[in-house]
Amino acid sequence: MRKRNSGKDKLITVALHVALAAGLFFAAFPIYWMLSSSFKSNTEIFALPPTILPKAFTLEAYTAILSDPVKLRFFFNSYFVAGAVTLLTVLIALLAAYGFSRFNFRGKGSLNTLIISTQTIPPITLLIPFFGLVVSYRIFDTYIALIVTYLVFTLPYAILLMTGYLNTLPRDLDEAVAVDGGTSWTALWRVIVPISLPGIVATSVYTFLLCWNEFLFALTLTKSTSMRTVPIGIQLLMGQHAFEWNQMMAMSVLGSLPLLLIYLIAQRFFLAGMTAGSVK
Amino acid sequence: MTRQKRSHHKLRRAVAPYLYLSPSLVIIGLLMLLPMATVIAYSFQNSAVLRRDPSFAGLKHYQAIFADPVFWASLWHTLYFTCMSVIFHMTIGMVFALMLNSDRINPTLRNILRVLYILPWLFTAVIIAVIWRLLLEPNGVVNSILMQLGIIGSKVEWFSSPETALHAVTFANIWAGYPLFMVSLLAGLQGIPKDFYEAADIDGAKAYQKLIFITIPQLMPIIISISLLDFIWTMQVFPLIWITTGGGPIYATEVLSTYTYKLAFSSYNLSQASASAVVILLISLGLTLFYIRYQRAR
Repeated sequence: MRKRNSGKDKLITVALHVALAAGLFFAAFPIYWMLSSSFKSNTEIFALPPTILPKAFTLEAYTAILSDPVKLRFFFNSYFVAGAVTLLTVLIALLAAYGFSRFNFRGKGSLNTLIISTQTIPPITLLIPFFGLVVSYRIFDTYIALIVTYLVFTLPYAILLMTGYLNTLPRDLDEAVAVDGGTSWTALWRVIVPISLPGIVATSVYTFLLCWNEFLFALTLTKSTSMRTVPIGIQLLMGQHAFEWNQMMAMSVLGSLPLLLIYLIAQRFFLAGMTAGSVK
Repeated sequence: MTRQKRSHHKLRRAVAPYLYLSPSLVIIGLLMLLPMATVIAYSFQNSAVLRRDPSFAGLKHYQAIFADPVFWASLWHTLYFTCMSVIFHMTIGMVFALMLNSDRINPTLRNILRVLYILPWLFTAVIIAVIWRLLLEPNGVVNSILMQLGIIGSKVEWFSSPETALHAVTFANIWAGYPLFMVSLLAGLQGIPKDFYEAADIDGAKAYQKLIFITIPQLMPIIISISLLDFIWTMQVFPLIWITTGGGPIYATEVLSTYTYKLAFSSYNLSQASASAVVILLISLGLTLFYIRYQRAR
């Protein structure tokens, strides 16, 4: 039993709260600064001394971005590619996960190891052969190039996440279908899919985020401004108007919205995805 | 069920898993394993990708890389960047997890702080890079605060002076990556049985003794596996460095990924870039094998 009222104990509690506040400053200040800068005019951003709250609150950076079709296209591209990849990945991963979770077969262990190890393949290693492939199949600078390459990177994570989820579901459910003479295919769609929605959501969320964040392949496999995704768009913005920090920050805020919203709405799913690599 | 039907059923059970796995295996085989073989082949060719009938180059490109001082500098920067990142991710993640897990703070505050402490994790590398460029601008807020506190005398060009650039990108990466450790360790802390601590209390153990003899040993499996994964992933970091410093000034922050990228897409020396990519692949594979062995042993 700890004595709660001794002076030393109070001191420790106070020290802990001071440390928590310091931690909060470290974690959140850069993000706060991004947010507050996005509501400032460009001259105010470098005002001395810096203004913690925007002195002249303005939405000019946001209007500039949201009224520019080129920048809106970046957002469309990101949503489109990430959405398409998520759909494909989750479908393919669901089938694979079902195979892993419900059957015993030769080579299961080694295939599982193979999939775990593909998670750690350096993207830069695959970039050069992908570049060669994309150019020779004449899909350079197209959505297909991005969708196919992203699919490869998201698939291993999605399979592991989905398998993990399916393993938590009792086997009697789909075995009941088999007893009634149904095939495993029927069991998958009639029984497994309806009760796996949480797992499917978690996998979709994580897949979407992986695509949304991708930079290296989008940088190399696309070229025209109309094919660029948000991360590349931010980089382009930086090159073009090197001093328009407020627009860059507004674009960053808008580019972070999907992640922040998903996190706030579905924290549990989000964390399940982010830590999936480590629990396997 | 007739015998024929039953054997038919059995056959289906035997074939089914391969059918379910086949789309994934085809994709992984064609688009992951085959390209890996291709990049290895490229590294032994002259003018790979660029020419239709490349000639055999032997180990030439590997020799060229190993003779390049920039390669060795990149390797050293990668090592520094990665080791510092992993050490600080672990330390900060551990401190934050222990603080949040303390029963001295009220549960509402704990939940709010937990969400806020995870924040850096929710941002894309590109956005993290842009944020830190703004913060560390010569006329930016960090310099302004440090000068007012008297810590620095004049404006520091964090990302564009060779003395500070590598530390600056490492710092930005430390900030961006600790939440993975924090979240995993927090989950681990909640899994440690309460009676361990109760038994220690009865024996009159001090707080630091409980930390060293109960908490840390109990968390060790998580610490080791997350460190390995973090090491592998941090080694491959590209966008953060590309956008903050682009590897510069004068190679001061060149890491293996930016070095390889520039070889391939600035100098169009795709063969030599492939050799460098294979070196990165081998390092990653070595660490991955280690990781898988460790996971199996657990």
